[in-house]
Amino acid sequence: MNVVWFWTLAVMLTVYAVLDGFDLGVGAVHLWVARSNEERRVALNAIGPVWNGNEVWLLAAGGMMVVAFPRVYASGFSGFYLALMLVLWLLILRGASIEFRHQIDHPMWRALWDAGFGVSSLLLALLLGVALGNVVQGLPIEADGFFQGSFALLLNPYSLLTGLLSLVVLGWHGANYLRTKSEGALLARARRASLWLFWPAVALALLTTVATFHVKPNAAANFFVHPLAFVFPALAAAGFVGALVFHRDPTDRCPFWMSTLVIICLLVTAGATIFPNLLASTLNPAWSLTVYNAASSPRALRDAFIANGLGMIGVVVYTTYAHRAFRGKVRLGSHGY
Amino acid sequence: MAHRLQFALTVMFHYLFPILTMGLGFFIALLSTLELVTGESRYGAAAKFWAKIFAINFALGVVTGIPLEFEFGTNWSRFSSYGGSVFGQTLPMEGVYAFFLESGFLGLFLFGEGRVSRVVHWLAGVGVAVGSLLSGYFIIAVNAWMQHPVGYRLASDGTLHLVSFWAVLLNPYAGWQYAHTINGALLAAAYVMGAVGAFYLLCGRHLEFGRQTVKMAIVAGTILSLTQLFPTGDFNGADVVQYQPVKLAAMEGLFKTQQGAPLAIIGMPDTTRARLLDPIFVPDTLSFLAYGNFHATVKGLTDYPRDLWPPVDLTYYAYHIMVGLGTIFIAQMLLGLFLLWRRRLYSARWFLWTLMLALPFPYIANEAGWMVTEVGRQPWLVYGLLKTSAGTSANVAGGEAVFTLIGFCGIYALLSLLFVFLVGRVIHEGPEEAPPAA
Repeated sequence: MNVVWFWTLAVMLTVYAVLDGFDLGVGAVHLWVARSNEERRVALNAIGPVWNGNEVWLLAAGGMMVVAFPRVYASGFSGFYLALMLVLWLLILRGASIEFRHQIDHPMWRALWDAGFGVSSLLLALLLGVALGNVVQGLPIEADGFFQGSFALLLNPYSLLTGLLSLVVLGWHGANYLRTKSEGALLARARRASLWLFWPAVALALLTTVATFHVKPNAAANFFVHPLAFVFPALAAAGFVGALVFHRDPTDRCPFWMSTLVIICLLVTAGATIFPNLLASTLNPAWSLTVYNAASSPRALRDAFIANGLGMIGVVVYTTYAHRAFRGKVRLGSHGY
Repeated sequence: MAHRLQFALTVMFHYLFPILTMGLGFFIALLSTLELVTGESRYGAAAKFWAKIFAINFALGVVTGIPLEFEFGTNWSRFSSYGGSVFGQTLPMEGVYAFFLESGFLGLFLFGEGRVSRVVHWLAGVGVAVGSLLSGYFIIAVNAWMQHPVGYRLASDGTLHLVSFWAVLLNPYAGWQYAHTINGALLAAAYVMGAVGAFYLLCGRHLEFGRQTVKMAIVAGTILSLTQLFPTGDFNGADVVQYQPVKLAAMEGLFKTQQGAPLAIIGMPDTTRARLLDPIFVPDTLSFLAYGNFHATVKGLTDYPRDLWPPVDLTYYAYHIMVGLGTIFIAQMLLGLFLLWRRRLYSARWFLWTLMLALPFPYIANEAGWMVTEVGRQPWLVYGLLKTSAGTSANVAGGEAVFTLIGFCGIYALLSLLFVFLVGRVIHEGPEEAPPAA
């Protein structure tokens, strides 16, 4: 059950990264890709009906972490205190920017919230990557299971590299999403952005792989125990290749599915690298918070799994329906942003 | 202390928004249903108008709600680590069963017109209402567990382990607390509708919408203001009597244990001398309300150790403000119903003025109610098990919490300004007018 919960959380966070990833990505690139008011409205309407729901994946994952691994939740969230508060404020700014922009029809008002949306999306994509980098690398967890995460500690070269990787990959993913939703000049610019971000994404992914072995020499240990796991880094590479091969796809759908594949595989690879640790201690391996020593009792794990698993079936069904109802290109009408 | 202040600020500010989403969701679903059944477009236009206000509220509810889910870990890490596997049972269920429903269907409802069939559009409206009402239950279950912990055992490692999932989900404390909370939210929504409708009638715009809205608000408000007192308020109070008698004594400002205890209508508690200053009493009534018997003995604060007293002043005043406002709501709504029956409601400008100006008071009453619940629970975080002071994050310095508290103050001040401004604009623009009949 402990292992099942590890992968449940991994799946929740991966789905979050794929879904909120494209709307963060749209935010991160829209100042550059979408120029006119109409184009920016298309960009906002492309994510308008779904961004709130996408963010719920993060909320639900947070809630699941409380019940499944309360010690990890307690230690991680309090340790990352100031960084998380920054994330919260950015999430507030971002939500406010999306909702407030269309309320007043004035260029200065719109410019203000466009900047808010762009900057907050950009920083969030970066910070989420920084957080992941620190989790992979390990933290100075004491014997009591807690640590103090100062900015000096959290902003190290490795985590900044993963932050940059996250920003570029999500920006690429967002540009690919915009390709599926836009037409005309916006489509042309989204296509160009998608290609321009593609090469840095590949370079950063390779660099991160090398750096991971540098900070964590035994990073591949789990893969040699379960060789099947090599499928995931291989598929990530295949996703990159596929994106290049299908870059000129006239329907503009393939690149989006390829960046989706890349994000899923990169995150599963990261998960396979850290397992069975959730938060590894850099001071003493015995102080690490693992899926065994940080978990709730078997009964709590089982009950929570049943209760939430049943609900998630429903969520998947109507989330799919909602996303399908809005598939296709955005047409600006009287409704929406 | 900074942890407590920050949580109090963020939770109270956040709660301003769910009050309306929980309450208004129901009315939007009702209006959509009326549209589907009668085929009259005025109901659809009204539903759309309220959905705009709902959407702004919902967005702010989400962005101010995420901090709360994080704060359990950032500021209350020892509490999460101690009880997370028990109280955490219902926490993700709020996301899984309610927020996904609410956010998914709100998108469909706001953006989906023309893309989905009318029945699906109606279903989306109902989904939003169900989602927002459900979200309330799961979070109340967490709070009820903190008021009255159940379904756990203390394990050898000093943390709580789950014994019964169903006991936590169906906590006896949660039922009436939920009913009272939701009823309060619905009443606030009725008041918001009444105030907006009254505003339109007073300035002579959107007259048909105004009349329809005020009528709906008065009818619903009369029922809701009464059910707020009985049964929901009464039974919620009975749970307090049973499980948290100290809180009861603080709420009522009862210092000395008395047989046939009086009910203090007005009075100022003086905790240093342990008495109520300048009180107006109704004799024996507190004994009756608490135990159904005019001669029952009610234990006063002085019979409990001083270090187990909640902050008496805050609990007492919050409770009296809530009850006092509740009484005024009943009187105002009954008066409105009388005017409606006499067909004078729409022309009684003085009454419409009072209805419009009453807007902030249901919010105050709702927040005051939560203050009674939460402040009255002190010094406990989990009643009888964990003191609030033992639940904070030991690895977060007080200074850091002060810093983020100031940050939240600034951001929330800005958000409230924008919120008032934007909702004001929606109200100024008004609902879409039906084309004039030929």
